[in-house]
Amino acid sequence: MLSRTANNLFWLARYMERADNLARVIDVASRLASLPSAFAGKSNEWEGAVASASCRDEFFEVYKEATRENVIEFLVAHEANPNSIRACIDTARGNARAVRTAMTSEMWETINDVWLKMQNVKLKDIRDNKLNDFLSSIKEASLRFDGAANRTMLRTDHFYFERLGMFIERADNTARLLDVKYHVLLPVDEPVGGGLDYFQWTSLLRSVSALTSFHWIYRETVKPWLVADFLILRREQPRSLIAIYDSINQQLNMLAELYGRQGPSQRNARAIFANLQNAKIEDLFQNGLHEFISSFIVENNKVGKSLAEQYLL
Amino acid sequence: MARISDPIGIMGWNVQIFDEMLGADGHTRDVYRNLNDWFSQASPEVLSSRFSEAEAFFRRIGITFAVYGDAQGTERLIPFDIVPRMLAAKEWAFLKKGLEQRVKAINAFIGDIYGNREILRAGIVPEDLILQNPTFRPEMMQFRPAGNVYAHISGIDIVRIDAETFYVLEDNARTPSGVSYMLENREAMMRLFPELFALHRIAPVDDYPDKLLACMRSVAPKTASREPNVVLLTPGQYNSAYYEHSFLADKMGIELLEGRDLFVRNNCVYMRTTEGPQRVDVIYRRMDDEYLDPLTFRPDSTLGVPGLMSAYKAGNVTLANAIGTGISDDKAIYSYMPEIIRFYSGEEPQLKNVPTWCCREPDALRYVLDHLPELVVKEVNGSGGYGMLVGPHSSKAQIEEFRAKLKAHPEGFIAQPTLSLSTVPCYVDSGLVPRHVDLRPFVLCGADGVEIVPGGLTRVAMKAGSLVVNSSQGGGTKDTWVME
Repeated sequence: MLSRTANNLFWLARYMERADNLARVIDVASRLASLPSAFAGKSNEWEGAVASASCRDEFFEVYKEATRENVIEFLVAHEANPNSIRACIDTARGNARAVRTAMTSEMWETINDVWLKMQNVKLKDIRDNKLNDFLSSIKEASLRFDGAANRTMLRTDHFYFERLGMFIERADNTARLLDVKYHVLLPVDEPVGGGLDYFQWTSLLRSVSALTSFHWIYRETVKPWLVADFLILRREQPRSLIAIYDSINQQLNMLAELYGRQGPSQRNARAIFANLQNAKIEDLFQNGLHEFISSFIVENNKVGKSLAEQYLL
Repeated sequence: MARISDPIGIMGWNVQIFDEMLGADGHTRDVYRNLNDWFSQASPEVLSSRFSEAEAFFRRIGITFAVYGDAQGTERLIPFDIVPRMLAAKEWAFLKKGLEQRVKAINAFIGDIYGNREILRAGIVPEDLILQNPTFRPEMMQFRPAGNVYAHISGIDIVRIDAETFYVLEDNARTPSGVSYMLENREAMMRLFPELFALHRIAPVDDYPDKLLACMRSVAPKTASREPNVVLLTPGQYNSAYYEHSFLADKMGIELLEGRDLFVRNNCVYMRTTEGPQRVDVIYRRMDDEYLDPLTFRPDSTLGVPGLMSAYKAGNVTLANAIGTGISDDKAIYSYMPEIIRFYSGEEPQLKNVPTWCCREPDALRYVLDHLPELVVKEVNGSGGYGMLVGPHSSKAQIEEFRAKLKAHPEGFIAQPTLSLSTVPCYVDSGLVPRHVDLRPFVLCGADGVEIVPGGLTRVAMKAGSLVVNSSQGGGTKDTWVME
C-alpha cells in the first residue's frame, strides 16, 4: 500500500483515540470538581486535567487560571490548542478525506458525522448544561469508529496500520494519566491513601472505564499500587500497557509476515513487551513509578518513530 | 463570410421552449407516461420525505464539491433533484452513434495535429489557431501514445431544443468530471424510488468503473506486466473534484495518488509504498497538463512529478488523457468540429454543433458586436461557466464590459445564439416545475474501441428561467434514465 495512505490511517486512528481520551480527561475533572470541598479543597482538578492532556504550557500561555470555563474552552475548541477535541476531529477527518478509498464507508460516516456535529457545537452550551451530552457523543464516536474498523476493514496492512495508530496513542494516554495522578494531582500536604487520594484513584479508573473491572480482579478497595498494577501489568485489562503492547506486537508481526521482513519497529516493540512481562509492581514502585513511566513514554515514542521510518515515509 | 448557418432557424427569439415531459402540445410524451402518473398520484408528504432522504443520503456519504474563491467554507452539496430525466431507447441510439463518431474524430484530429498535420495542409483548420493556441503542446509533436489514443475519457455536453434536435454545446477532452454524480445519483434513486425502477426498464450505468479500468488497461505501455498497475493521480483533497477522484479510485480498486507519492527513476515511474517502490504503468490523471511535471511545464507546480514527461515520452508510462488534448476543448476549434468530423470520418456529423461565430473572423466579430444583447459569448479557453456573457440576462454595463474585451481580444472569444434549452420537470416546494437541463455523456476510448454507458450526467439550472447549469454557478443534477 501507499506510504502516505498508511501514514494517514495511522494518524487518523491516533487522533480519534486522542479525542476520546480528552473527553475522558474532562469527564474525570468534572466529576472530581463536584466532590465536597472537604475532599477537593486544596487540589485543582482542572489544572490536573490540563496536565493529563499534556498541554499545560500551552494552556498557561493563554490563561492565568485553570478554571472550569477556561479548561473546557481550551480542551474542547481553543484555537491556540492544536490538540483540542475539535482540532483532533478536524485532523482526523482531514486524514480520512485524504484516504477515503482506504477506509470502509462505515468508518468514514462515523468520522463525518461527528465532524458535522462538531460544526454546530456551541462552546457556551457545553459549558452551561450540555457538557455530559457532548462528552458522551465524542466517546461514542470513538467507540463507533473503533467498532466500524474492527467489523468492516479487511485484515490487510490497512487494518494493521490503523490499529497501530490507535494502540500507540492509547499506550501514551494511559501512561500519562497514571503519571499525572501520581505526581501532579495530590497536594503535597495531603496524605497518600487519604480521602482525596482515594477519590482521585477511583476517578482515574473511571476515566478508563475500569472501576468495576478493578473490583472483579482485586476484590479489594482501591489502592494506588493496585491501580498501577492494573493499568500497567495486568493483561486482563485492555487498556493496560502490557495488553496494549501485546496487541502492538501482534499487528507488527502481521506486517512482518505480510511483507516478508521485519525491522526496528518490531524489535523495539518486542523489547518493551518483554520488559513489561518481567516487571513486578513492587519493583516499579521501589525504583520510582514516575521514572518508569517517563521512560516508557520515551520508548513508546521510539516505536512510533521507527514505524514511521520503516513504513510511512 | 463567417462560417455560420442557421439551418432550422433557432436564432430568433420567440421560439417555444420544449419540455421533455409535456412535449410541444402539452400531452405527456410516451417515455414519461409512467413517471408522470406516479408523481401525480404521490402525496405531497411522500414526495417531501423522499426529498429529505435524498438530501440526507448525499450529506452522509459526503459527496461534496469545493467552490473556488468561496470564503464560506470549502465544501458544498450539489443540489440533487429527485425527478429523473428520461430518454427513449431510440433517442439514446441516435446520441450514441453521434458521440462515437465525434470522439473518434477528436482522437484522429489530435493525433493528426501532433503528427503529419494533414488537416492543416488541407486548409480546413487555420494553422495559427492550432500552433499558437495556448493549449497546443509542442512536446507532443511526433510522439505517439500507446494505442494511438489521446482522449481516453471525453465528456460531450449536449443540449436539446426540440423533439428531434440535439446540439453539442462543448467538448471536454481534457479532464472531464461529473461521472461520480451520474453513479451516485443512480444509487440514490434506487434507494429512494424502488417502485419506479419496477415500473421501467432502465439501462444500468454502474459498470462504468469496470469499463474505465478496462479502457486504462488496454492502453498500458508495452513494457508493462500482464497485470498493469493503473493509478489515479489527483491534485489532492482541496481540488473541487476530489470527491470524484477518491470515488472512482475506490470503485476501480486502484490507488489514489498525489504527486508526492510518485517519483521517476531511469525514465520509469514508481510509487512509494510500505514495501518500497512499485512500478506504475498507467496514470489516470485528474490534473491539468501544466501541473504534471515541473521540469517540463510550470516550474512552480508542487502537485506534479518531476521527470514524468520524460518517462511518458520514453513510452514507459501512459497518461490518460494524453498531454495536449485540451486543444479540442478550445471553443474556436469547436466551431470547426463539423468539418473535422467530415475530414476524418468521411461522413456527415450525426450531432450538430450550435451555430457559432468565431470572433477571430472579422465578419463574425462585426455581427457579434451588433447583436450582443441576444447572444451568449464565451472565452475560447474557459470552462465551468466562468467568464461568459449571457446577453439576455446581463445588464448594460456587463454587456459594455464584454464589448471592450471583444474588441481588444476578438480571437479569445466565440459567440452563440441564446438557445431555448429544453426543460424537464423538477421537484420544488410548490410541486413539479420545468427547469432547463443539459446532458454530459461520458465516452471512453481505449485501444479496443469506444464504450459509452447509457445516459450520462443531467445538469439542471435550479433557478427558474436560468440557463446556467454549472455546479460552480448553483446548478444541480438529476439521474438520467435511458429506457431499454
